[in-house]
Amino acid sequence: MLSDTILSDTALSAIWLTVRLATVTTLLLFLIGTPIAWWLARTRCWLKAPVGAMVALPLVLPPTVIGFYLLVVMGPQGPIGQLTQALGLGVLPFTFWGLVVGSVLYSMPFVVQPLQNAFDAIGERPLEAAATLRAGPWDTFFSVVLPLARPGFITAGILGFAHTVGEFGVVLMIGGNIPDKTRVVSVQIYDHVEALEYAQAHWLSAGMLAFSFVVLLLLYLFNPNGRRR
Amino acid sequence: MHHSRLVFIFFSFFAGAVSAEEVQVAVAANFAAPMQAIAAAFEKDTGHKARLAFGSSGKFYAQIKNGAPFQVLLSADAATPAQLEQEGMTVPATRFTYAIGALVLWSASEDMVDGRGDVLRQGGYAHLAIANPKLAPYGAAAVEVLQRLGLLDAVRPKLVQGENIAQTWQFVASGNAELGFVARSQVTRGGKLSHGSAWIVPANLHPPIRQDAVVLANGRGNAAAGALMAYLKSERAKAVIRAYGYDI
Repeated sequence: MLSDTILSDTALSAIWLTVRLATVTTLLLFLIGTPIAWWLARTRCWLKAPVGAMVALPLVLPPTVIGFYLLVVMGPQGPIGQLTQALGLGVLPFTFWGLVVGSVLYSMPFVVQPLQNAFDAIGERPLEAAATLRAGPWDTFFSVVLPLARPGFITAGILGFAHTVGEFGVVLMIGGNIPDKTRVVSVQIYDHVEALEYAQAHWLSAGMLAFSFVVLLLLYLFNPNGRRR
Repeated sequence: MHHSRLVFIFFSFFAGAVSAEEVQVAVAANFAAPMQAIAAAFEKDTGHKARLAFGSSGKFYAQIKNGAPFQVLLSADAATPAQLEQEGMTVPATRFTYAIGALVLWSASEDMVDGRGDVLRQGGYAHLAIANPKLAPYGAAAVEVLQRLGLLDAVRPKLVQGENIAQTWQFVASGNAELGFVARSQVTRGGKLSHGSAWIVPANLHPPIRQDAVVLANGRGNAAAGALMAYLKSERAKAVIRAYGYDI
């Protein structure tokens, strides 16, 4: 129910859930995406193109395709569903962690591609210099690569977070619209529009619009040229 | 002489008298399968063409209010056509009930649901799928059933919601929800349960799910729109509608 306040409890819980989902997803994407981006930037292996294409798939696939396949693959008869059940985790659809899995896949290119560009731009020279100074690979990565690629990480983090906040189709397909667990802001807006509750829809939609603009504004302020340095 | 035969002759005459027209029909998601069969027969019998779009009544309402080019609405409820009529968005005196929906408790596995729905009480399931009760009449009916059985609070933590009855069916069909309340039409083929196990919810446990059709203002003077409305009332169409598990 919408009380006298501008945002009802259901809206607030949807916002909080969305923030949690985007945060967890972004952190996981840094962990998973950094090695992938590094490998893509450095490798000469023939697998570079196929892997790059795989990572970029969510850019062109309709979210309904991703959501539909996730529903089937993570379901009780699907391979991932069989695995999670064998591990005693149950099945992932209709859970927060199911949404995290979907969001990580869905937002992957938005994190990997800026990182890959940043790593590409560093080139061989700083790495060779570090090697001549006897820096080990981990040392080189943390004291040379990370600082040089910092703008790339900022861009990746902002885009990964914002893109997850804007996710709708995937969540709709695997979420089940459960308050506090899978009912994110975009789904809540959709429900309001469908139920002809346009006032509530407007509040949340305007909030999303403002949020998205601020995020992109930050991005352009941090990275005026769209690239590092 | 058989009634449907008369209708057929009427339409044959009709089709010859005026040139074939096209009608854009907004169809409730739960009525997708029977309507495809009916539209095919309608085209064969009358020469008119029915172009079908499937979706939820709430979305159709918003789209129609904003100038969507539909000429006929086959709604999942009685409220949406009535409201459009009140707002002058329809052709007066064209609204009628084309089907009465039935609700089933359904599972994709063969031995899950017993003939009396006792499984709801006994448990043994992690998720119970319903359509969003705020948006879909079948969802509202499901909540009503749970309430009358005194089970609503007990099953609430297990509820997952599809945005419409089609998505609810998908949750259950894929096995992600062991159980779900879906439209009987979705699990009925040729008058029989297509697969899985089901309990046909007694009609006295929820208000009737009346599905109304109406000609929209856009369809005024469209011969195909009028012909389609008449066709939906024919015995031929009604037989199809019943075979898909609706009453009429």
